[in-house]
Order: sequence, then C-alpha cells, then structure tokens
Amino acid sequence: MTELRIRAVTAGYGRDAVLESVDLTVPEGTTTAVLGGSGSGKTTLLRLIAGFLRPSGGEVSVGGRTVAGPGVWVPPERRGVGYVRQEGGLFPHLSVAGNIAFGLPWPRRRHRARVLELLDLVGLPASMADRCPDQLSGGQQQRVALARALAPRPGLILLDEPFSALDSGLRAATREATARALRAAGATAVLVTHDQGEALSFADEVAILGAGRFRQVGRPAEVYREPVDAEVAGFLGDAVLLDGIASGGAVSCVLGSLPVQEGVPDGHVLVMVRPEQIALTPAGGGHLDATVRAVSYFGHDAIVELDGIGDGIGSAPSGTVVARVLGQDAPRSAERVGLSVAGPVRAFPVGPSVARPLSGTAAR
Amino acid sequence: MSESSSARGVVAAATLVAALTVLPLLVALPGALSEGPARAVEYLFRPRIGNLLANTGMLMAVTVPASVVLGTAAAWLVERTALPGAAWWRTLLLAPLAVPSFVSAYAWVTVAPGLTGFAGAALVTTLAYYPFVFLPVAALLRALDPGDEEAARSLGLSPAAAVARTVLPRLRPALSGGALLVALHLLAEYGVLEMMRFQTFTTAIMQQYAVGFSDTSGSLLASVLVGLCLLALLLELIARGRRRVARLGPGTQRQAMPHALGAWTVPGLLFLGALVAGALVVPVASVARWLAAPGGWAGVFDGDLLATVLGTVTLAVLGAVAATAAALPGAWLLNRHHSGLPLVLERVTFVASSLPGIVIGLALVTLAVGWARPLYQTVGLTVLAYAILFIPRAMVSLRAGLAAAPPELSEVARSLGARGSGTLVRVVLPLMAPSVLTGLVLVALAVGTELTATLLLAPTGTETLALSFWREASQLDYAAAAPYAAAMIALSAPLTLLLRRQILEEK
Repeated sequence: MTELRIRAVTAGYGRDAVLESVDLTVPEGTTTAVLGGSGSGKTTLLRLIAGFLRPSGGEVSVGGRTVAGPGVWVPPERRGVGYVRQEGGLFPHLSVAGNIAFGLPWPRRRHRARVLELLDLVGLPASMADRCPDQLSGGQQQRVALARALAPRPGLILLDEPFSALDSGLRAATREATARALRAAGATAVLVTHDQGEALSFADEVAILGAGRFRQVGRPAEVYREPVDAEVAGFLGDAVLLDGIASGGAVSCVLGSLPVQEGVPDGHVLVMVRPEQIALTPAGGGHLDATVRAVSYFGHDAIVELDGIGDGIGSAPSGTVVARVLGQDAPRSAERVGLSVAGPVRAFPVGPSVARPLSGTAAR
Repeated sequence: MSESSSARGVVAAATLVAALTVLPLLVALPGALSEGPARAVEYLFRPRIGNLLANTGMLMAVTVPASVVLGTAAAWLVERTALPGAAWWRTLLLAPLAVPSFVSAYAWVTVAPGLTGFAGAALVTTLAYYPFVFLPVAALLRALDPGDEEAARSLGLSPAAAVARTVLPRLRPALSGGALLVALHLLAEYGVLEMMRFQTFTTAIMQQYAVGFSDTSGSLLASVLVGLCLLALLLELIARGRRRVARLGPGTQRQAMPHALGAWTVPGLLFLGALVAGALVVPVASVARWLAAPGGWAGVFDGDLLATVLGTVTLAVLGAVAATAAALPGAWLLNRHHSGLPLVLERVTFVASSLPGIVIGLALVTLAVGWARPLYQTVGLTVLAYAILFIPRAMVSLRAGLAAAPPELSEVARSLGARGSGTLVRVVLPLMAPSVLTGLVLVALAVGTELTATLLLAPTGTETLALSFWREASQLDYAAAAPYAAAMIALSAPLTLLLRRQILEEK
C-alpha cells in the first residue's frame, strides 16, 4: 500500500505561505503530474513529501503511514521515498554502479545483479556500470538517477522536472524510458513539471497548481477538455476565448451558434474553443468564412490565425481566432477559407460586470 | 529540531573565531593611547614617521603598478597569444611563488651587492609579487568566454578595442584583487626591506621591538600600519566596482583563438624570459652557488638542518590544522547563506587576517605580556597567530570543498536512506577531501616560510627554516644560510604545481 495522501498541508519559507491548505491523493501504482508555473509551489510540494521541509500545518501520509503531521515527523531517510531532481545530482565521486547501489544496505552493495537489473530497467547497457558520471550524457545521467532512486524499492518516487534540462529529442526518449521503468517497478510517482505536454502524456492524473493551491485535479483528457476556468484552460494548451451568450445548451459567439458542454447556466459566458476543434474548409464550405492572417508552420501541424469573421456576434477578448490544422493542410496567408467547429465547446459563466457589451463587429 | 540547533552552534563557533581574530587588535591597539592622545599625536608627528610614510608610499607607488602591469602582460601573453611554450611559461611564471621573498632578496644582494635601498627594494618586491596578479588574471582569462570578444569584433570593433571593451572591464576584480594582495604583502614585508636597508613601518616596528619592547611606540607605529592596511582594503573595494561579473547562459565554452604575435613574438619571449630570469633564475642559481661554496653544502649533512626541518614541519602542521579548523564554521555558513551575519563574520576575519604578521604578532605579545604571561613565548600562542594570519587561505579551499559537496547531494543521500552520519562519511567527506588537503598544504607552506610573526612569538630556541635562514643571513654568513633557503624552495615547489593545477587547469 503506497498511496500518497496529502491533507490540508500548508507550508512555506519564512512568513510567506507557498502552499495553502493543499489536498492531493495519488492512488497506489499511478502517476500524478503536478503542473504549475515557476513559483507556484511545485518544488515545495515535493520537498514536503520527501521530508526536506516541514509543513506548518496538515498531514502527509505515504502508504497509510503518517510521515508528517501534528507531532509526527519521519526524517527523509526513513520515509522510503525516492527523489530524482532536475539535474540528476549523481555523486561525482562514485561510478554508475556505486551511485545505483548507494541506497542498498551495505551487504548488498557489492552485488552486481541488482545494479545490472536496474540499468536494464532504465534502458541502459550493462557496460555503463563502471563509467563515471561525467562520462555520461545528460539523458543517461537522468536514467542513472532514476535507477538509483528505484534501487531501494521505494513505494513512492518523486520526479522534480527530471527532463527539463534535456534537449527535445533526448527528452522524449528519456521520458518514455522513465515511464516504462516506473510501470515495471509498479511505483507510485509524482512528477513535477511546467510542460503541459509532458504532464498530459506522462501521467494518469494531472494536478494543476497555481498560487499555492490545486486549481484542478483529474485525468489528462478531462482537464484538457473541461478545465475549470479560462486560466487553467490556457495553462493546459492553446485556447480561443470568445464572448458569448449561452441559452438552452447552445452558445452564440463570433463563430456562430455552437453546442456547449453540459452544466452552463444561461447568460453571458466566456467561450473556450481549442484550436484543433476549428476545421478549415474551402471558402463557403463551412459555417462561415474568414481570411487567413498568418500561418505558423511546424511541419506536423500549423497554427492558422484567422481574420475577418464578421457574421457572428461578440468579440474575441484575448486576441484572434486560431485554428490548428495538419501541416499538409495549411492554407496560405490572405487566402479565404471556410471554417466549422467540431464538438461541444466549453463555456465559463461570467458576472454581468465582467461581460463586455456585445458588438456586431468583427473579432479584433 | 536538531538542524536549527546545530546551525546555531555553527554560528556561535564562527562568531567565536571572528572575535578571536579581532581580539588581539582590540586589546593591543588601545595601548597606543595609554599615555594619552596628546603624547600619541606628538609621537606620530615627528619627521621620522614622515620619512617612514614617504618610504612606504614610494614603494607602494612603484611596486603595485609594476606588479599589475608585468603580471597582466605575462598572463595575456601566455593565455591569449600564440607564443610558443605556453604550458612551460605558465609553470615558470608561477614558480617564484615557491621562493620566499626574503630568499629572493638575499639572492639579489649577493649577486649585485650595490643594489640596495629603494631601487633594490622595488625590484625584488616586484619580481616576488607579480605572480599575485598573474595568477588571478590568467585564471580569469581562461575562464572568460572568447565569444564576447568575437561578438565585439562582429559589431565592428578592432581587435584592440574589442579587448579594451569586453575583456578589460571583466578583469577588474582580478586586477584589483591582485593589486590588493601586492599592497598588503608590501605593507607586511620585513625580510626584503631589512636586507635592502630600506625603512618602512614594518621594519621600524621590528627594530623598535628588538631594541626593547616598548608598548606605546610599537603600538603607535602598528596603528599607522593598520590604518594603511584598512585604506588598501577600502581602495580595493572601490576599485573592484559593484558590478557582478558572471557568465550568462549555458552552453559549452569554446577555446579562445590565440592572437598571432608575428613580429612581436621575439620581444614577447624576451620579456617573459627576463621576468623568469629575475624572479626565478637569479634566486635559484644564487642559492645553488652558495650551496656549492665552502661551508654551504656541508650544512645539508649537518644534524641541524634535519632538526630544523622537523621543527618547521611540526609548526606547519599545527598551524595548518588550527587555521583549517578555525575556518570551517565560517566556510560552512557562507556556502549556505552568502549574506547577513556569515558575510559580516567573513569580512571581519578577512580584515583581521589581512593585517601584517608583525601587527598580529605584536598584538599577541602585548596581550600575553599584559594579561596572560604564561602564554608568552609558547607554541600555542605562535599557532594562534598562524591561525589568524592564514584563515583566508584555508577558507578558500574549504569553500571549494563545500561547493563540491552541495546540500542537494546530501538530500539525495538521505532520500536513499542514508542517515546524517552516513551522508557525512559516504558523500560529504569524500567530496571535500581533496580541497581540504589542498588547504592544509597551502597553510602549512605559508607557516613554513613565515618570518616576522615567528620572530616575535616563537619560543626561544625554536628553529624553523625561515628563522635559521634569517639568523645566518643577518650575520652575512650566506653560505650557511644557503641550505635553509634551498630547503624552503624545495618544500614550497609543490605549491606551484598545486596552484597551477587547481587554478589554471581545472575548468
């Protein structure tokens, strides 16, 4: 039983609270990604769980055992919590094998078998065992750090932005190797990151941390499609935000009348459309027409900025309407295109004071 | 929690060390005013003091700029030009650090007996001290990203302008730091100036002390010397500037593309050759010559030399351990919080340690004679003086050692199940050991060639290489002095290699 439970934990450095009454449960054998910007308290959270920082209130329990709470304090070395930091933090005076075996009880440190098993687990060849850390690439160092953390068979592994120092190709490969190794080890894991793609692809659950508390916790598809507010929506990916009016399961905005997700009360709303929900067709083939203002081409896909959407009502408060299309389908700048919106869109109710007057003019 | 209480213990220890370094001054210097301020003013405003001040000022005005120019030029030639044999020059230019300045003076006096007074003093001190500038400037030139210079060139600057506008401003801390070291060593210099018969405050204090220990006049002279040292520290603080010089951005640093010298190659080689000849060849050759002279070589087989070496090593080891132990709490604090109290304590210790050995020695003598008579002329008091003088040397190495064992690694060790003691033994100590050993060696070598504080404080009958050399050389028995000089050079030689490896090769 190595479920991680955090209950009403408050913590900070000095007088400033970095985390305020935070709750989080990571079920046994699953991975939760904590997503947050810099200064959101991600690393503080990990240090609390690892035992390098004491909470000023609340309770942390690992596998049903309270490790920090009122009158309880278990030092880091007796928590059975592995910790992999951003820069690997390998011991420079020990070989790869020495690093991996560091956390094993000393009679077993000399046994090669466990070291080789762990190297295999993280996808490194056995010949690496006698290398020095400075002879490894960044990705290899991270894998060794993971093997070292997994060696004592901890119930819980904490990963503090372990891939962010790697370049993009290496990052994907190291991430996959890490996910595989974690699954094989059956470990519960908490990954801290500021990269939403990493959080969404790596974890069973994503917890969005902002201003010292969790804004939303849920499965990746759920938080991406149904964010609790516009800010969380923007944090998880590109979002087109439009003024609109909801009524009877639909919302009208510059993109026309669109079906809306359930549970939105009638009235002024902020409509959130993911760019990939907007499909481009030849002019006249969609719900309405628009002019291509600019195209950012990424190869596999392209972001198309659209202009001259004049038939609907409302405006786009945070800039323009953008669509994400396959790279091969990218239109040219200034081309006239038609567009249609797929699937129900998300809408957030806004108070009357926040809603801006509806206008019949074109977006932007 | 035990962590915060142990942190309090370290703060207390660091404060105690800082207090201990300052205590002798606080106790001894007011002695200068014991006969009333009027008497002090009367004593200080005599022509003799004016003379000493003029001599000291003159020497500083020549030696400091000369050392800076020679050291910087040599560093530039070695590190940034295509001059042949850079690796050899690097070693040869650092080697004079292994020759105590008073040995260099003795060598020059025997080679050119006419060379005394101001000219001799300025020549020998410049040749002995330029490495203090060469070393940090060369290290910085190696560390500077040549990309900056290239960026300046691509923005349309000529090679000279690119150097002037990108390299020189960043050399400022190395230049001012090196100049400060030269200035402080000049103010503390006794051996060279005595040999060159050139009077400064330090030699005057020493003579005063030899004539008869007079509390007031010695303390008064020492106060002026302390004032000059503080002035030098202040000037350095201003000259260094406030801007931080840091390398921005990640990425691997490339090797600098050396400047081709063309027709200037031969003059460059001649310049470096002359510098090495004056600073290294003359002293070593002269010592070798006296060693070969009748009465010279014989001393090597004499039981005296062995006993002296043993005595020196004993004091050196004691001093090294004391200085390192005293530096440890402050170094630990500074590596964790580089601000607030730790920084204040470090500054206090640094200022106290930058005072001449003679001032520290005099202060400790005054303290012992006045308040702790049994301590007078004991090994303990001598070792205390060494600790005060050489804490900064130990501190530099200790901080490098602590930086090699960052708290993050201790955290990783603990998350892997190692307890505090296990972390210390398995992670912190193995990582720190090389630097700590270097620190011990550096201090031991400094103690081994320390002259003035040892002259003042060492128990009667103590023999160290420096003391024995000085006794023989003062009696103009140059041949008898030679074995001691040779031993000091031989023992200090590894220092050069150590510094070379540490500062110029590690990246």
